[in-house]
Amino acid sequence: MSETSEQAEVTIDEVRRVAELANLELTAEEEPRMQRDLSAILRHIAQLNELNTAGVPPMAQVAEVLGGLLQDRGESLRVDEVRPSVDRAAVMGSAPETDGRFFKVPKVIER
Amino acid sequence: MELEGLTMDAARAALASGEVTATALAELHYGRIAAKDGKINSFLAVSRERAMRQAARIDEMAAKGEPLPVLAGIPVGIKDVLTMVGSPATAGSLILKGYRPPYDATAVAKLEAAGAVLLGKLNCDEFAMGSSNENSAYGPVLNPKALDRVPGGSSGGSAAAVAANFAVATLGTDTGGSIRQPAAFCGVVGVLPTYGRVSRYGLIAFASSLDRVGPFAKNVKDAATVLQVIAGKDVMDATSSDRPVEDYAGGLAEPVEGLRIGVPEEYFGEGLDPEIRTAIDSVIAGLKMAGCVIKTVSLPHTKYAIPTYYVIATAEASSNLSRFDGVRFGLRAEEAKTLSAMFKKTRDAGFGAEVKRRILLGTYALSAGYYDAYYRKAQQVRTLLTRDFLAAFADVDILVAPVTPTPAFKLGEKTDDPVKMYLEDIYSVAASLAGVCGISVPCGETRDGLPIGVQVIGRHFDEATMLRVAQAVETARA
Repeated sequence: MSETSEQAEVTIDEVRRVAELANLELTAEEEPRMQRDLSAILRHIAQLNELNTAGVPPMAQVAEVLGGLLQDRGESLRVDEVRPSVDRAAVMGSAPETDGRFFKVPKVIER
Repeated sequence: MELEGLTMDAARAALASGEVTATALAELHYGRIAAKDGKINSFLAVSRERAMRQAARIDEMAAKGEPLPVLAGIPVGIKDVLTMVGSPATAGSLILKGYRPPYDATAVAKLEAAGAVLLGKLNCDEFAMGSSNENSAYGPVLNPKALDRVPGGSSGGSAAAVAANFAVATLGTDTGGSIRQPAAFCGVVGVLPTYGRVSRYGLIAFASSLDRVGPFAKNVKDAATVLQVIAGKDVMDATSSDRPVEDYAGGLAEPVEGLRIGVPEEYFGEGLDPEIRTAIDSVIAGLKMAGCVIKTVSLPHTKYAIPTYYVIATAEASSNLSRFDGVRFGLRAEEAKTLSAMFKKTRDAGFGAEVKRRILLGTYALSAGYYDAYYRKAQQVRTLLTRDFLAAFADVDILVAPVTPTPAFKLGEKTDDPVKMYLEDIYSVAASLAGVCGISVPCGETRDGLPIGVQVIGRHFDEATMLRVAQAVETARA
């Protein structure tokens, strides 16, 4: 079998590593459940290895494959000029903690 | 005035004749919501102040004899992943509890500018991740046509609100089927516009290369009317197209005779409910009667659509959802002493299980050593899936297929097995990945009285032909 299906069994350590990358803190109950679910989903995803995709360009956006009219490809960008944005007070009104000018957060440096 | 089955034409006529005012029509809808939504749970918030201000404005225009815009006085609801000033925007998540966005989504602003009365915000799966609306942090929505069943997801509230006559039309969003599937489950019309046809500005992003905004309505004409209002170039969304918007509603009466209809054989395989199959077959027979040419076509990579989708959508989600960290908006876990602990505790408390699962999967697929095997591979298969559609559309003008393999399932029936739940999207995700337009139109009921929808898929930016065929399907049924 292909490399990916061998990798399709996710270990608890991998779950912890990915959670760390994603800034998620999983509880002791969540970890085995996520391990089980991710493994099942990755086994399903391993089907993609049946396909030979050598030379097939990757597609990140629909517009890439449309060709033809420029206007369908979302390539007409707006003029690059300064314009007013949302009012600072309105934005800060949604912040959990602010001094009115800046967002306030806990200590960044840990010691 | 009867709200049951109230369409825009009927509402417009009642407003024009003075049978009802916009203010009274909004009150009638709020009354119905208050009486019946306690059980269904489709609205997360009502925006009474904004709605009544707009209704009064419309009534004043009418009193002065001023010409009224196309959606004047029409009560609509908005999926809670779209921003709307004056109302919360939770995206169905605890992490955005209490957040009140300072700007309107473009589609929302366009609706109001066209005269619509914005009733409030509609329940959905958390961050639009789900096929049953059971992933909302604010409780599931029940299917108004069968209260023991799910309404579908993720735009379950948007579909249910139209089906329950709480609104004449609503906005939803579709990333892998989230408009078409709940429309089919609830027996209403739901439109997935071509990627780029409707601005995504003000849509809380799930998977940016897939997310689309579209309408739910009680009939094809109303859906076409709303689409026409919200479509078009927006400078705030660089992926929106500046191709001119056609007169969708005006073109509905044109005959479908001579159109070539493709029936994709891969959409009729094992797992398709026989009652749904029968209903779709009779739609195809009806189109043949109307003079369409029916051809069997092949979309050979269809079986790879689900695995492709669950790599690409989760990869994009893992990146998009990194913005929810307790710094700028929404929830912040207060007990954390350091910044990194605050991020983690906030995200742990704020995200539900399905969102965490998808963030983990997406992060895994993008992480060092796995990127080529998963993410790049899925992007390549996305090209193949899109080429399937382009090849089919070289031979036919439209594709007709089921929306879902089964009718609405029971609450709790699939919550324990994520792969089983993901397979619910088997007939909807390929069109999402390819960027083509699609619509779900009611076409029958099962013996148990559950709605069945048929999916009509059109070429990129050919909503006009898609809607014309959808109209023919609806007319044939009436």
